Amino acid sequence: MTDSLTIDRRAEARETPDRRTHPRDVFVEFRDVFKAYGAKKVLSGVNLSVYRGEVLVILGGSGTGKSVTIRHMLGLEAPDSGRILVEDEDITDLPEEELYRVRKKFGMLFQSAALFDSMTVFENIAFPLREHTDLSDEEIARSVEEKLELVSLPGTGHLMPVDLSGGMRKRVGLARSIVLDPKMILYDEPTTGLDPITAQKINELIVDLQTKLNVTSVVVTHDIQSAFTVGDRIAFLNNGVFEWVGAVQAARDADHPQLREFFRSSAVVAAQPTGPG
Amino acid sequence: MILTRARSRADEALLYVGELTDLAVQTVQQAWRGPMERALLVAQFDQVGVKSISIVVITSLFIGMVLALQTAYSLASFGGKLFVGKVVSLSLVRELAPVLMSLMVGGRVGAGIAAEIGTMRVTEQIDALRALATNPVRKLVVPRVIATTLMFPLLTVISCALGILGGLFIAVVNLHVSANYYLRSVVDSVSYNDLASGVGKTFFFGFTTGLIACYNGLKTTGGADGVGRATTATVVTSAITVLIMDFFLTKLFLFLF
Repeated sequence: MTDSLTIDRRAEARETPDRRTHPRDVFVEFRDVFKAYGAKKVLSGVNLSVYRGEVLVILGGSGTGKSVTIRHMLGLEAPDSGRILVEDEDITDLPEEELYRVRKKFGMLFQSAALFDSMTVFENIAFPLREHTDLSDEEIARSVEEKLELVSLPGTGHLMPVDLSGGMRKRVGLARSIVLDPKMILYDEPTTGLDPITAQKINELIVDLQTKLNVTSVVVTHDIQSAFTVGDRIAFLNNGVFEWVGAVQAARDADHPQLREFFRSSAVVAAQPTGPG
Repeated sequence: MILTRARSRADEALLYVGELTDLAVQTVQQAWRGPMERALLVAQFDQVGVKSISIVVITSLFIGMVLALQTAYSLASFGGKLFVGKVVSLSLVRELAPVLMSLMVGGRVGAGIAAEIGTMRVTEQIDALRALATNPVRKLVVPRVIATTLMFPLLTVISCALGILGGLFIAVVNLHVSANYYLRSVVDSVSYNDLASGVGKTFFFGFTTGLIACYNGLKTTGGADGVGRATTATVVTSAITVLIMDFFLTKLFLFLF
């Protein structure tokens, strides 16, 4: 029930008139990006545009370079060749110190949540505020509690990361990534390793945040259910390039053999209600 | 074949030294950039200094005692008992306390730092720091390297004092030398130059050990196995580096003082 409601809300958002008619503003752009680790080629000429306000799902098998792609968006990795633009600024050759300015535009949820395990939940979420703002302790406490409520974990600030379940860790990681009000949120495998119910809750949370924070999001996943629940567009990464990019609705009928195979091998997709359009 | 392997090893070693130097430069630059968070520094002073005191106490006392025994034994035919205070204090202050303390504490602290930062590395916490627009060198490396650089000399001073005390115990109880004579010969033998040479070296030992541990931690790959390798590499590399540096620094200090 909740599932179909969530999907309906995303479907509604996809159909809003301004999304269909306004010229689309590119937030992040990849131009012919190559990346190899030793002899292993990961990205082989990637071209991709992420539009402001959308949820782009990067889909692909394990080890195809999905995570590497979003790490490039933040400048956590540098490409061997090609250019990466964030809000029309070329970040490819920026030194680390300059990249910190760019990274403040992003929030990132890591696959393992990457909470600082020597700090409490409160300190984890307060960390970016203490590093980059002059807020008072009261203001920080208020902001942290607000974000904890947003991820449905009120009153958990005193817990240590080791006391949290996998789903809770992801939610705390998400609260930490949005505490500086980023323009774009990057999700690296947000539902991997979670049971189906918790995974669905994380999907709902992503949809919720998208509505409430009005951000741009990129979700890396190999979870088809997650892709259809949260995404506006799907970009399918295979053989080091995005072989198919298009709207979520069109993905189901795409005639790309590997993408079809990807969908076919996921039994879940069959249970999905058909979206509008 | 052998030549190719030797060359590849040499390349690796050069790369290691180059990257270590680069980290040293970044560490100094970041340390220079305004005051550090006091809580971070205090935590590291506690971790490196206070929590190492017990091993420094035990090792130093026993080194002092065994040194007194060996001196009396080896110099017995020359009336060795009379030289116990001089030999124990000079050996400890100039060489044994700085080097053995650096090896002991370096092993303990270096392994801890490499394991902690290495675990942060493999669990994406270092990447999270970078993604949150925070410099890992300033946040993690600088407080640890400052702590090792300042705590090694302090622990060495404690080590010297305790070693001399251990020597005193054996001198009085076992060799029947008067405490007054022993302490007099210590004070007469050890000059400020000896202290400066001995303690001065440990600033370098502390800096290098902290740096090697942080570097190995930051370069960790491959999960728990990688953390284990980084820890072992830190203990071995820092010990070898301390011993090699000791020779050159001793040469330098002999030239200077």
